[in-house]
Amino acid sequence: MGRTLAEKVWDQHVVRRGEGSNNGEPDLLYIDLHLVHEVTSPQAFDGLRLAGRPLRRPDLTIATEDHNVPTLDILAPIADEVSRTQVETLRRNVEEFGVKLYPMGDANQGIVHMIGPELGLTQPGTTVVCGDSHTSTHGAFGALAFGIGTSEVEHVLATQTLPLRPFKTMAIEISGTLRPGVTSKDVILAVIAQIGTGGGAGYVLEYRGEAVRALSMEARMTMCNMSIEAGGRAGMVAPDETTFAYLQGRPHAPQGEQWDAAVEAWRELRTDDDAEFDAVVHIDADALTPFVTWGTNPGQGLPLAESVPDPAAMDDDDAAATRKALQYMALEPGTKLRDIAVDVVFLGSCTNARIEDLRAAADVLKGHHVADDVQMLVVPGSMKVKKQAEEEGLDAVFTEAGAEWRSAGCSMCLGMNPDQLAPGQRCASTSNRNFEGRQGKGGRTHLVSPPVAAATAVRGTLSSPEDLRGSSTPTTLQFA
Amino acid sequence: MDAFTTHTGIGTPLRVSNVDTDQIIPAVYLKRVTRTGFEDGLFASWRSDPDFVLNTEPYSRGSVLVAGPDFGTGSSREHAVWALMDFGFRAVVSSRFGEIFKGNASKAGLLAATVAQSDVELLWKKIGERPGLELTVDLQACTITADDVVVSFTVDEYSRWRLLEGLDDIGLTLRHEEDITAYEATRPAHKPVTT
Repeated sequence: MGRTLAEKVWDQHVVRRGEGSNNGEPDLLYIDLHLVHEVTSPQAFDGLRLAGRPLRRPDLTIATEDHNVPTLDILAPIADEVSRTQVETLRRNVEEFGVKLYPMGDANQGIVHMIGPELGLTQPGTTVVCGDSHTSTHGAFGALAFGIGTSEVEHVLATQTLPLRPFKTMAIEISGTLRPGVTSKDVILAVIAQIGTGGGAGYVLEYRGEAVRALSMEARMTMCNMSIEAGGRAGMVAPDETTFAYLQGRPHAPQGEQWDAAVEAWRELRTDDDAEFDAVVHIDADALTPFVTWGTNPGQGLPLAESVPDPAAMDDDDAAATRKALQYMALEPGTKLRDIAVDVVFLGSCTNARIEDLRAAADVLKGHHVADDVQMLVVPGSMKVKKQAEEEGLDAVFTEAGAEWRSAGCSMCLGMNPDQLAPGQRCASTSNRNFEGRQGKGGRTHLVSPPVAAATAVRGTLSSPEDLRGSSTPTTLQFA
Repeated sequence: MDAFTTHTGIGTPLRVSNVDTDQIIPAVYLKRVTRTGFEDGLFASWRSDPDFVLNTEPYSRGSVLVAGPDFGTGSSREHAVWALMDFGFRAVVSSRFGEIFKGNASKAGLLAATVAQSDVELLWKKIGERPGLELTVDLQACTITADDVVVSFTVDEYSRWRLLEGLDDIGLTLRHEEDITAYEATRPAHKPVTT
C-alpha cells in the first residue's frame, strides 16, 4: 500500500526503529532543523551544562529573539528586567554553545517561524522542531514540523533526535476556489470550527485539493500554523512549483547541482494515490466566507454574517462551555457578529504577519482611516518583511490611516511583552489564539483574517472589506 | 527524574473543559530562566477569584487534579507542567490531553492519566460527596482508587515504563549514539545548515 506524505518524511528520518516489545519503545527520529528562542530554551541549556553534555549539532540549530521583544523601540535595552534577563541568558547560551543567533536589531531578526522560511532553512522533507507549538507553520513546505517542550528541546540539543510515537494521518480535502477576500485564515478557522480543538489530536493534518494548490506559500503557512489549534501534531502541504519558486535563491537554499538534486528528491514528497488516511475531512472552498471567532477557543468561530450563538439551543456540555465563553467575552446570544465593537486591532503574529498579509490589509485600508477610539497595531513578523513593506510603501498606507507601524516580534499575540490588551479591552486579531487573557489579562480576542482586521479597524465593528464599499466617510460607523 | 509507582493524595476537581496552557500559566509568568518557582503562575487568572477551587480547603492541598476534557491544549510551554508540579500536583486525570502537554508531563515526571469521561464524572461525584477524599493512583496497575470505586486509566507504555523506572530520556537515547552517527553519514548533501 502507498504511503502518505507524512509517513514518507517520517520513514526518511528513522535513526532506529523502536522495539515495540521493549516497553513500547518508540522510533528514534533525526531532526534536520532546530529553531530556538529565548522563552523555552534556558532550562534546556542549563540541563546540558549540568550533565556536562555538548550540543551535538550547532550547525543544525538557529536562534532568534521574539517573544519578549518590545516592538516600539527595538534597539533600546528591554525595560522589563525579567524579560531582559531571559534574552541575555539566550545570548550567553548561544555564545557558549556556538549557535548562530539573529538578535534584536539584526536585519534577519523576527518571529522564529518567519525566519526559518525566509532564510531558506525550512525545506521540503525536513524534520523541524522548536520549543513553540506554532512550529507547525513550517509544514507548509512539506516538512514534518512540530512544537516540543523544554525537556525535548534539551533532548534535541544533546542528541539531534527525538523518540517519537507514531501518529495517525488526516486529510483535509479543500475543493473548489476561494472567493476574493476569503483567505487561508478563513479556511483554517472553518476547519477548526468543524473538527474542534481536539479533533486533530493524534493526527498529522495534510491539506490537499485544488484550493490548496492555488495558495501562495504565505497562505499555506497561515493554514499550517494553526493546525495545533485543531489539536494536530503537525500540518503539511505537499511541495510543488510554488514551494520551489519560493525557496530558490534564498540564503540557505541549495545551489547549483545541489538544487537540482534537492528538487528531484522533493518531487517525490507527495501522498501516493493508493495511500489511505486514517481520517478525511472535506471543506468546500466555494462556500466559505470570512470567518471570525466569538468565544475563548479557536473552535468557537462562525461566518461573519452570523450571530453570537445561543447556549439554550445546545446540549449540556456545549451549553456550559458556551455560557462560560460568552460571560468572559461579555457577549449576548443573538448579537450580530458585525455589531461587535472593538477597541484594538492587531495585525501581526506568526499566523498573519508576512508580506502578503500586510499587502492585503493595506489594500483594504487605502483611502480610509482607522475609526475613532480604535487603536490599530501593525507588527511585521520579521525585520525582512518590515523592510520589504517599507520599500513597497505599505508603512505609509498604515500610518496615514492612523495605524501604528512597529518592529518585528510576537507582540500582542501572547501577552508577554509590552504589547498587551488592558482588562476588558476587545481586540480583532490576526493571531492564532483567543484563549482567556491570551493577549493580556482580562483582554477579549476575536480571531480574524488580515482583510477583516483592516475593515474592522475602519468601521470599528467586526467587518469584511465588502462592508467598506461605497463608504466615503470611513470613520462613520454603519450598523446593519 | 523521580520514579513514580503509586501516589495517594487529595483529589481536586477542575470542572472545566478545554483548559489550555495559557490558562494553566499565562505567558507573563514564563520569564524565569529556572526550572522551578512557577507555582505563583498556576491558573493565575482564575486564582484571583477566592472561590476558585484551588483557593478552597481542602483542595488547595490536592495532589491529583481531575479535569474536564482537552486539558493542556495550545502552547508548548513545559512551564505548565512545572507549575502544576511546583504547586504540589503529581498526577492529572482527564479524558483527553493536548499532545504536547502529555509529552511534556511524561518527560518531567507528572503522570497524565487518560480515563473515560464517564469516569472523570464518577471521580468528581466521589470527591464532591466527601471533599478531601484521597485518591490512589497506581501506575503498576493503571488504576485510580477513590473510596469504593476503582477506575482504569491509560498512559502510553513507554512513558509508563520510564516513569516507573525514573529514567532520563536523553541518557536512554545516547545509548544509541552509534546509530545516530551512522544515520548522519547517510543524510543528503542538500540538507540545510545554519552556519
